[in-house]
Amino acid sequence: MPLNRIESHPILPIPEKETLEFTWQGQKLTAKKDETIASALIANGIDIFGHHPKDGSPLGLFCANGQCSQCLVLLEGRPVKACMTPVRAAASICPADGLPDISRLPADPISFIAEATQEVKDVPVLIIGGGPAGLSAALELGQLGVQTLLVDDKSRLGGKLVLQTHRFFGSSHAVHAGTRGIDIAGKLADELTQYPSVEVGLNTTAVALYEDQVVGLWDANEDRYLTVRPQVLLVATGARERSLPFKGNTLPGIYGAGAFQTLVNRDLVRPAKDLFIVGGGNVGLIAGYHALQAGINVVGLMEAMPQCGGYKVHEDKLARFNVPILTSHTILEAKGKDHVSSVVIAKVDERFKPIPGTESEVACDCVLIAVGLNPVDEFLFKAQEVGLPVYAAGDAAEIAEASAAMFSGKIKGREIARHLGWDTPETPKDWLTFESILKSRPGDVLGLDEGLRSGKAFPIMHCRQEIPCDPCASVCPKDLIRIDPQDIRHLPEFCELDDKNCIACERCVAVCPGLAITLVDFRRNQAEPFVSIPLEFSPDLIQVGDRVPVTDVDGQVLGRFPVDRVRSLREFSRTLIVRVKVPAELATHAAGIQIISAWEPSAAESDHFLGETPQENIVCRCEHISADEIRALVRAGVRDINQIKAETKATMGACGGKTCLSLIKKIFREEGVPLEAVTDPPVRPVFVETPLSILAGKAQEGSEK
Amino acid sequence: MTSPQSNFDVIIIGAGSVGVPTAYFMARAGLSVLVIEQLPSVGQASNKHAIGGIRATHSDPAKIHLGNRSLAVFANWQARHGDDLEWRQGGYSFVAYTDEHVQSLKDLTAWQVEHGLNISWLERAVMLEILPQLNPAGLRGGTFSPEDGSASPLKSAFAFHLRAVEAGAVFHFNEAVTGFIKHGDRLTGVVTDRGRYSASTIINAAGGWARPISQLAGVDIPVEPDSHEAAITEPVQRLFHPMVVDMRARPGSTNFYFYQHPTGKIIFCMTPDPPILGTHTIASSDFLPRASRRLLELMPVLQHIRVRRVWRGTYPMTPDGSPILGEVPGLEGYLLATGMCGQGFMLGPGVGQLLTALVLNHLDNQDKIILEKLSYSRSFDSVEVLK
Repeated sequence: MPLNRIESHPILPIPEKETLEFTWQGQKLTAKKDETIASALIANGIDIFGHHPKDGSPLGLFCANGQCSQCLVLLEGRPVKACMTPVRAAASICPADGLPDISRLPADPISFIAEATQEVKDVPVLIIGGGPAGLSAALELGQLGVQTLLVDDKSRLGGKLVLQTHRFFGSSHAVHAGTRGIDIAGKLADELTQYPSVEVGLNTTAVALYEDQVVGLWDANEDRYLTVRPQVLLVATGARERSLPFKGNTLPGIYGAGAFQTLVNRDLVRPAKDLFIVGGGNVGLIAGYHALQAGINVVGLMEAMPQCGGYKVHEDKLARFNVPILTSHTILEAKGKDHVSSVVIAKVDERFKPIPGTESEVACDCVLIAVGLNPVDEFLFKAQEVGLPVYAAGDAAEIAEASAAMFSGKIKGREIARHLGWDTPETPKDWLTFESILKSRPGDVLGLDEGLRSGKAFPIMHCRQEIPCDPCASVCPKDLIRIDPQDIRHLPEFCELDDKNCIACERCVAVCPGLAITLVDFRRNQAEPFVSIPLEFSPDLIQVGDRVPVTDVDGQVLGRFPVDRVRSLREFSRTLIVRVKVPAELATHAAGIQIISAWEPSAAESDHFLGETPQENIVCRCEHISADEIRALVRAGVRDINQIKAETKATMGACGGKTCLSLIKKIFREEGVPLEAVTDPPVRPVFVETPLSILAGKAQEGSEK
Repeated sequence: MTSPQSNFDVIIIGAGSVGVPTAYFMARAGLSVLVIEQLPSVGQASNKHAIGGIRATHSDPAKIHLGNRSLAVFANWQARHGDDLEWRQGGYSFVAYTDEHVQSLKDLTAWQVEHGLNISWLERAVMLEILPQLNPAGLRGGTFSPEDGSASPLKSAFAFHLRAVEAGAVFHFNEAVTGFIKHGDRLTGVVTDRGRYSASTIINAAGGWARPISQLAGVDIPVEPDSHEAAITEPVQRLFHPMVVDMRARPGSTNFYFYQHPTGKIIFCMTPDPPILGTHTIASSDFLPRASRRLLELMPVLQHIRVRRVWRGTYPMTPDGSPILGEVPGLEGYLLATGMCGQGFMLGPGVGQLLTALVLNHLDNQDKIILEKLSYSRSFDSVEVLK
């Protein structure tokens, strides 16, 4: 069986990793050391992890983030989350088909560690989450010397930064804009090591917050349960992806966008050949671009609104590769027997209702759900409920870009120090203004600036949308690119001065996170100037002398033009700068190079209906409760979600309502019931399923009894 | 939502484990019933926190009778009404690992058999047939009462509510009682934050909140809320059927009990020692490490699964651990259905039937014995063996 592994990547290095053997249903398979069971299985072409106890429908990975509990497998007979559990050599793993039978597992009497070792530890500050917000707060606290414990459930710091191969937007001096997300993660983590007051616990999941203001931690390094009582809690737990109820939405092959990025960018596993994306926000657009970089076809991206909500420059990156962007569309159904094989989509009217007769079917073997994020806020609300002083930063407080998360972490870090009585200045007002700028949504798309075009060499800023971003202004050695430092949402301007000219150094081309700056150089040839275009693909795909399709900003091919030079700048590694010779009249319009023709419409439409899918439009993934069932109860007059819970068991499953609660509320809204009239269910710990043996303090083999 | 009707035969305060089945039996008996509940739907205070155990195998005759009656209601409900209460007749098993418990359980079993209960003492080997995963080390034997069982508290409350409404009972949710209407030595009505209602009988079924409600009527009742905590695991295939009770004391707790829910999840709970006072419902950090340890001590194979959720529920406690039922001398028109001590769910239907007979003046001898035993006027100085 060919392995679904990514062997080369334009941005990510492919580390040499030890391999190990494990078994799946008795069959020997190979995994990479330290990877999760989920990634190992998908790398081996296995994406059905089990079958649901209620209806026998096939289940696989959905969130890859320990949130949804859909990826259950049996490890040595024990139920575990495949996405959070590393695969070990000689591990015996089986699908979770129905309920696990544990009756024949080892059952010798257990010895326990002494109860004294389970004492509650006092910490001044506990930060849950080592992503951009948590790390930035920890740095701020570390600089002041505040004793801080930072825990994260993953094996490395950075949170979702480690999935982001693109250069970041935002402010270059404040939040590392212009640097790739993965590199920012490394920088922040390295910086943190200088501050001895910050203790970091990796592979440590915060599982509960109790009435006595104690937080329960599951430390998977030592397989033990720890309890800490912080004076202040910072919730920097990020976000979880929203699900979407459509028929067949739990079929294997349908992932949250973050899960897909985890597989592709963190674990270098290629889960698909033909990808369809639902949702045109930044998450969906970026995931599409990451897919292309990983050699995966993107057969379409669908957005319900008339325009994509993400940055125009991200959309342009996809348009450049001919990815169909289907706005005002909805997904009706995913088809497939035990794996998604196509989606049925339709146009929607202005009230987002599908227009009959506009249905079409697109063949794909993978669907990404990128329809927005919800804050992971259970620790925040529970802390407020039990009176523990608490702050939230990043997506846990408000969904925004990672750049905003970093800055909000920094602010909260300082506020926490002040709360604890540290003599540190109040948060400057302009920090708060700046934070709100970083959080701001993209503005309208303006027309292309036809301003200065007369010089000998000059950059063209193809970004015509106000977004918070300034790296181009910070890298120009001649200081010719200006962005209002008070409000970095303003568009960049190129202002040539009498005594300073553009030297065509290409730094602005390399640094632009939107890949939206080209450099036109008429100095050698007035009729056929050089245009330098950024490209984040393998240098093997493009050679000097090739005639490559050059597109405008919207992806329209202007013609095929010869490549004159391919290079990358040391400071901006892995961004190729391709210099092509373009006729003068097209030079300022050239914006991209089309390396791969991603979409072949004929292939998409040739696939045939596989008959009706038996799947439903699932709202509660854990208990397999459909939107239809919930809607029927709402229509019958139910207004207390506790009642929905009791009647259907929705929100009572493994994840505790993390996925379905927001969908249930959406159904109320769709049915015209204001949420003020709806009673919420309580959200109870533990927020993550935790082994009884860990909670009980089972003594490890060989340890003291 | 408020019904224009303001005159009822009976007003029940509290739509919980006791109030809802009581409303059902009274409405079925032809009484006009209003239930006033301050929360948005039935069972939202303490009912839904109950773990669902139902037994008649108590050590007090009054509770045995109420338990038997309740068991009959739960066991026959689905056949009668079609509603699935998740009723399972899995039995109860008190396990003995010490000489002391062998003796006390054997004595009690003999007494319970005398009182007509289906319960027997099982020696170790037989016990292990019923509970093959039970830790055999030190096990001496235990009791088994096959007619006891369990059901879903919330599903039961919904079903009782549905059928009570069908029978004509009126429920007012999101409405709080603020006072009573009194004429001389008689309660004649209830004042709420939304209106005034009159009735010839007013029943206090307010669980953990019964005492402050009763004080509004000028009657102090010795009901103090404390809390028990419980947790539930992920589901696994059927391992065992009965509710298992371990009476040994451990740091922080006395009794420990657990069973496997029809969905396959293990629910476990313990009696905290010292008690946790108050009505707060968020679990404390002590519970999981201690209760998990007790669970694994009793059934080591469960070390392979995970805890899913933990919670805390209110026990309206009385000084002797038994409910306070019936009339209050000197105040007519006021009935107590209070102080269920954590057993409101398993006693509720029996209590509802009994109070219906009381209101209709149909009491038989057994009813009278129960009411006397659980009366407000009793001395609260004897404590039941099996709390």
